[in-house]
Amino acid sequence: MTEESQPIRGLLISPIRSGTVIDHITAGEALNVLKILGITGSTTESISVATNVASHRMGRKDIVKIENRELRKEEVDRIALIAPQAKINIIREYRVFEKKGVEIPKILRGVVRCPNPGCITNTNEPVESTFEVLDKGLHCLYCDWWIKTDIASHII
Amino acid sequence: MKNHIISIRDFTRREIDYLLEKAGAFDTRSYDRHALDDKLIALLFFEPSTRTRMSFETAMARLGGKSISVDSVEASSIVKGETLADTIRVVSGYADAIVLRHPKEGAARLASEFASVPVINAGDGAGQHPSQTLLDLYTIRQSMPLDGINVGMLGDLRYGRTAHSLAHALSLYGAALHTIAPPGLELPANILHDLRDRGMEVIQHEDVSDVINELDVLYVTRIQRERFPDSASFYNVTSSYRITPELLGGVQEHLLILHPLPRSGEIDAAVDRLPYARYFEQSKNGVPVRMALLHEVMQ
Repeated sequence: MTEESQPIRGLLISPIRSGTVIDHITAGEALNVLKILGITGSTTESISVATNVASHRMGRKDIVKIENRELRKEEVDRIALIAPQAKINIIREYRVFEKKGVEIPKILRGVVRCPNPGCITNTNEPVESTFEVLDKGLHCLYCDWWIKTDIASHII
Repeated sequence: MKNHIISIRDFTRREIDYLLEKAGAFDTRSYDRHALDDKLIALLFFEPSTRTRMSFETAMARLGGKSISVDSVEASSIVKGETLADTIRVVSGYADAIVLRHPKEGAARLASEFASVPVINAGDGAGQHPSQTLLDLYTIRQSMPLDGINVGMLGDLRYGRTAHSLAHALSLYGAALHTIAPPGLELPANILHDLRDRGMEVIQHEDVSDVINELDVLYVTRIQRERFPDSASFYNVTSSYRITPELLGGVQEHLLILHPLPRSGEIDAAVDRLPYARYFEQSKNGVPVRMALLHEVMQ
């Protein structure tokens, strides 16, 4: 077999010098992860996105690489909602400086917007939306409404 | 016991039983009429209410305490853009407890976070109205133990907050729930699932006559005109969900018919004379139940 015809293996995106690599994102959720992080085409970070790449552990996964930005804990918690298996790698000088899993917090404050238009958290009151995270979904501690599907669309 | 009374969901069965016992002690001639002398409650009603407000005032007066209130929302600083959180902080400085009714769900929970005195929820939008639920339970318990009873709920079960809270409380007592609601006004699916998850038997019926003879309690709620596109469809629905003496021919002797009031034609006036009708007694029970709540949070 000649060199030209060999299938290309490995990832098509190059290592980053410093920043964050979010690995093992649930396949198809990479763009939602970017949305949660507030990254749009108009922000300055260099972003690499790989979707539906092969994974031993997950079958298929997404990967996001963000140059020159280290994610804070609140940002990581938000990602946990839609990609609970995600792994966060903080990169400095091409080396993994820190590796951490994501953890869904028991209580989410100011992370998702309550879908109930009549909820007190959707007013000008000085209060953050507060949801408890249960097996059945997210439960608003103010108005008792539930978010059971499409959590990504409710993220603030 | 709780510092604030926000939602019936915050209470265990034991705590509910305790409050109902306490209400019973105030429902006699021998209670302490000076129990809340020198205490002051602030009634903050940002939505219209007749009986809830009056019964809280009555309950406070019967315990020797006093009430202050704003006459109307228009006259208050709300129209000047003050947040509820600020209003609550200010009023906390005046009174020993706050009784709040507000159009937004979760308002009482928010108030309890900003108040330095106890907050009692007197209805928050389509949300919770715990003193109503307690007086409903109290009225049933005057006639029968709450355990394992068959309760029918008729009317608007979608928007009716009293029905939701009562169903939740009854689930703590192993009661079976029979729902009878017009199409579109059925119990919301999330509430139905929640009740079933709690082990409650919930059976949905199309016609009240299918189940009425098995019931221990029939809880009727108001069907509101504004839920229907036109008068004709409203009339059609209300006429088939109306309780009349003829419907009650074969019911159990001890059946209780309850209604949170005001009613608007769901129960024929001729039913008022039958022994099953307990809605006026239920309304009256609001006083001892609210006396118990006020005493509990301020004693």
